[in-house]
Amino acid sequence: MNKEKRLKKRYNAEKRFRLYGLTSVMMAIFFVIFLINVIFSKGSSAFLKTTIDLEVNFNLETLDLDNNPTQKNLEDAEYYDLAIDSILNVYSVTGLKEEKALINLFSPDYEYEIRNFLIKNPDFINKKTILKLTASDDIDQLHKGNYPRHLPEDRRRINNFQLKIYDSLLEQNKIDKIFNAYLFKKGDSRNPELAGIGGALVGSFFTIVITLLLSFPIAIFASIYLEEFAPKNKITDFIEININNLAAVPSIVFGLLGLGILLGTFHLPRSTPLVAGITLALMTLPRIIIPCRASLKAVPPSIREGALAIGASKVQSVMHHVVPLAIPGTLSGTIIGLAQALGETAPLILIGMVAFVVDIPSIPTDPSASLPVQVYLWSEQAERGFVEKTSATIMVLLSFLITLNFIAVYLRQKFERKW
Amino acid sequence: MTNNKLKIKANNLNVYYGEKQALFNVNLDIHSKEVTALIGPSGCGKSTFIRCINRMNDVIDICKIEGSIKIDGNEIIDKDVDVVSLREKVGMVFQKPNPFPKSIYDNISYGPSIHGLAEKKVDMDIIVENSLKKAALWNEVKDRLHEAGTGLSGGQQQRLCIARAISVNPEVILMDEPCSALDPIATAKIEELIDELKKSYTIVIVTHSMSQAVRVSQRTGFFHLGKIIEVDTTEKIFKNPGNKMTQDYITGRFG
Repeated sequence: MNKEKRLKKRYNAEKRFRLYGLTSVMMAIFFVIFLINVIFSKGSSAFLKTTIDLEVNFNLETLDLDNNPTQKNLEDAEYYDLAIDSILNVYSVTGLKEEKALINLFSPDYEYEIRNFLIKNPDFINKKTILKLTASDDIDQLHKGNYPRHLPEDRRRINNFQLKIYDSLLEQNKIDKIFNAYLFKKGDSRNPELAGIGGALVGSFFTIVITLLLSFPIAIFASIYLEEFAPKNKITDFIEININNLAAVPSIVFGLLGLGILLGTFHLPRSTPLVAGITLALMTLPRIIIPCRASLKAVPPSIREGALAIGASKVQSVMHHVVPLAIPGTLSGTIIGLAQALGETAPLILIGMVAFVVDIPSIPTDPSASLPVQVYLWSEQAERGFVEKTSATIMVLLSFLITLNFIAVYLRQKFERKW
Repeated sequence: MTNNKLKIKANNLNVYYGEKQALFNVNLDIHSKEVTALIGPSGCGKSTFIRCINRMNDVIDICKIEGSIKIDGNEIIDKDVDVVSLREKVGMVFQKPNPFPKSIYDNISYGPSIHGLAEKKVDMDIIVENSLKKAALWNEVKDRLHEAGTGLSGGQQQRLCIARAISVNPEVILMDEPCSALDPIATAKIEELIDELKKSYTIVIVTHSMSQAVRVSQRTGFFHLGKIIEVDTTEKIFKNPGNKMTQDYITGRFG
């Protein structure tokens, strides 16, 4: 082969290589956009909820209350009759069946929504006002356009009479879409329109705080000791190999460990952020130790020597010079480790965090849900409302993960020093 | 030029890195307030020797030292010796400038602060200024004391390291090829500085440059394969060496 031909071949190989690289990057971008598109198109509607305007007359007689009721009286009063009376005024219905159909347009919490409004605004006693009550899941989905109303009546959960009421309410502008605060405030529920990720958010928060408090100090001191002080011998090598192995152990194995030891032996309370935090801390430890050691190792030995030669003790040279230089790498490693822990589902399932928990936990030993497990739980539900809820939860979880990763990148770039 | 007051006396010093012996029965006297140059081909043990004087070899796990080094008559090759106060007395400047990635001021003040040499900020300011003046760096950096030490040029960085070493008022300064990473102009400045510093400090310098040894030192020791071949005044070593090997080395026949 002559020289020109060979040169041409080399250039072609280079072009081909660039093309392969470009194609893979393009494919990756395509998948990411596709994924984000699917999640957003399904999940964004969960941030809004459908409401039905309801005129309520807070008549003290209907509530069976005396004049000038105290706050306690208002809380203890019976709101059922008032609620039913108000609802039956929305549309003229006859017979029990039609009444039931009308009531079912509202979410089962109508009674509490009316009660909570009055407790918060006691001025409305003996006054009329219009409340926006949460619509039932079926109406919610119908209004958002996710409900197949073209199906024959016997295959629909909404009957024709209910559709008629809906259409007439829609004409009177009594149906609205407002921001769904329940999504962030409420715990899990069997009714999609009332279900929220409040419990999962708090549960995940407690879990991640416990994970951080346990794993960060242990990982930092373990890495500093192993990297700076430990004698270089077989035991140290053995520990190092095992740390690397632990980082590769499937997370569900840590779940089994938590189940066997924390729940089985120590009888810690089941499905609580405490147990989840300890389990995830065990899983996260090696994942933090490895980047920590790498960033300690990246500090040039000349810095250590310089400090020692001026008469610093070993601890001083490490604490004053090596550790400050390793902090950015350490922090970003920790954040990435925590982000992984935040998204971890499998070990939490084993320690019982799949339980159906309605209450929002107030301390880490309360039973609780967590964000990734909430996604898993809702993805199994049959109701249409949970489909958008699942995607919305994924959006919230992803936004937390992306935020954490951005913080990690920011810390690394801000504090990175060059020499 | 030479005086006879002994500062450091090494006696039968043997150093091992694991199985490998790096120094064999080294006997070397270093005199007070003069510059002793150590020359010899790479791997001959010069650096190992000076790293014994401030016990920097302790950092290396497999290093074992036998024999004796006395500074002012006090044995330093002993487990009970406090290396922190030894290194306060015996400063060191390395081959590659290694300022801390901190401000110029903090680079100098670090040593005095860990040894508690300055109680007040004013005292520390004086130490920093004096150290930088002694290292002939003050005029170049006095307006940017709080900028990063790593932003200086190579030669300035090395003088900063010298200033850092003298900030704790040592008696001995060890220099391990301090000019090997520097250009000739920076080298000339450091050599001038060494000449000035020898009035107040005992200096031991390892160098690969014969001409540097001639220019800066009063005594020269020639190392070869871990043994000390010849020690004498620099003048004698370079004009009339007593050993054939020394002569071959300084005339460039091997090395």
